[in-house]
Amino acid sequence: MESAYAIEVQGLHKSYGDFEAVKGIDLQVKVGEIFALLGPNGAGKTTTIEILEGFLTPNSGHVRVLGYDPIKHERNYKERIGIVLQETEVEEFLSVEESIRLVRSYYQDPLPLDDILAATGLTDQRRVRPRKLSGGQKRRLDVAMGLAGNPDLLFLDEPTTGFDPHARRDAWDMLRNLRELGKTVLLTSHYMDEVEHVADRAAVMIDGKIISEGTPQELAHESEPTISFSADTNLSLPAELDSHATRDGSHCELSPPNLVETLHVLTGWAIENNVQLEDLSITRRSLDDAFVQLTRSADEESED
Amino acid sequence: MNSLRLLGVQFAYENLKFWRNSIAAFFTVALPLVMMVILCLLFGSQQTSSGNEPIYLSTFYVPAMSAMAVIGACFTNIAMEVAISRDRGLLKRYRGTPLPTSTLVCAKLAHAVLLGFVLVICLVCVGAWLFDATVSDIRIGMFAVILVLGSATFCALGLAIAAVIPNAEASPAIVQAIVLPLLFISDVFLPMDNAPAWLQWIASVFPVRHFALGLQSSFHPILMNNIQEWVHVVVLTIWFLVGLLVATRYFRWEQKR
Repeated sequence: MESAYAIEVQGLHKSYGDFEAVKGIDLQVKVGEIFALLGPNGAGKTTTIEILEGFLTPNSGHVRVLGYDPIKHERNYKERIGIVLQETEVEEFLSVEESIRLVRSYYQDPLPLDDILAATGLTDQRRVRPRKLSGGQKRRLDVAMGLAGNPDLLFLDEPTTGFDPHARRDAWDMLRNLRELGKTVLLTSHYMDEVEHVADRAAVMIDGKIISEGTPQELAHESEPTISFSADTNLSLPAELDSHATRDGSHCELSPPNLVETLHVLTGWAIENNVQLEDLSITRRSLDDAFVQLTRSADEESED
Repeated sequence: MNSLRLLGVQFAYENLKFWRNSIAAFFTVALPLVMMVILCLLFGSQQTSSGNEPIYLSTFYVPAMSAMAVIGACFTNIAMEVAISRDRGLLKRYRGTPLPTSTLVCAKLAHAVLLGFVLVICLVCVGAWLFDATVSDIRIGMFAVILVLGSATFCALGLAIAAVIPNAEASPAIVQAIVLPLLFISDVFLPMDNAPAWLQWIASVFPVRHFALGLQSSFHPILMNNIQEWVHVVVLTIWFLVGLLVATRYFRWEQKR
């Protein structure tokens, strides 16, 4: 019987000589889910994904992908996965269509050529050689080749690194198309906004460890909300708020532990002292801020 | 049946890629043909005689250039192609698909070997028709044995060199630095009969000279050397095994990090 999880990882360790790239991670990716592994360069994302793809042998830990042990390089396993590597080129002397046709021929049950071209937005470039493709189009050709075998599980290692904003939007649309095809996707990314747009769940990976995991919303909520306003006054804030406040001239930001209580105290103080709170707003920090905050606190911990 | 189909598909693409890569196609295909035409134009009219018939020097250049063509198609071509494919991440990409490694390697080797055979046939035809090379005295069995064994040896050595080349940028320099001097001391451009003994001795360690001499002596008896043909077969076989050992031991799917 097939597991509800496409990927199951427990206690995964991988070292290169003295350098420990992955320090015991657990990971579970459900069938049909788009899961993002998020982290800065050198966090161990690519090492992790390449273990799951079968390119690297872990030092220890339990790894099952679609019920297979990837390192055995079983042909049946390769039939069911699609791999988009981080840095790889395509055959420069083959056109887009020829490259995809070639990869399709390796699989028992590939996707129709036209569907692959449509899903990756390469229909108009089908007869073009890679030299004449833009960076974004080349990357989409990588994805097209990963998709060619109609895989149940697609690995995407940094699918949009180096893209301009427009190309990234196109890529996100493409990833959402994959969800409609019912694919399970494991992707790695540097970008929180990318995760916010495409992932169902994400794990933040820093320094070989997963430090946080959840939906993009849950990850964002791990950071506290911020109250901001402008007040044209020399009065100091109530003592219980002052310690959470950062003031820059008339502009003030508060990151309180308890939002409702703080608002109550703040508005009470404003009415009492007849202070206008201009542009009063409560904002959740964006996922990007949360990411920076998470990585920074992890850095501080490791320095201790 | 399915794996045969896959081999056919991969072979067809290797062939397509090869001919579209004009630099590789030029050096592998045109160079031996052009070299033979030039050498035959320069020296082809020189003749000796064997019995009643005159033997032109073109009879020497047909098997000599055949050796160069096979070395180009098998050794040079494979070494560069594999090193470049590896550094560009293409081998790793193949590794992630259901395409069996054996099919990938066989398609590449089959393409190189068949290309070498076709070139040899072209050289024989051009030599016979345009430059009066004597082809009637060929011992076809021995010629075929040396040709097949040499192709296998230079394929294995091509894979071996690709495995030990540090990166693709270095591959043309390394490969040419190996091939060119060996061609010059191995009876390919010029007969080595008058060369110093120590140089002949050095050349005889390497497979290029045995391949060239083996093809020559089986092509026409007048080109027989003082080295026995079984020696050529033994030396080529040893180098084949060395190449195979190094290639399988040090093969890499991706560039060193």
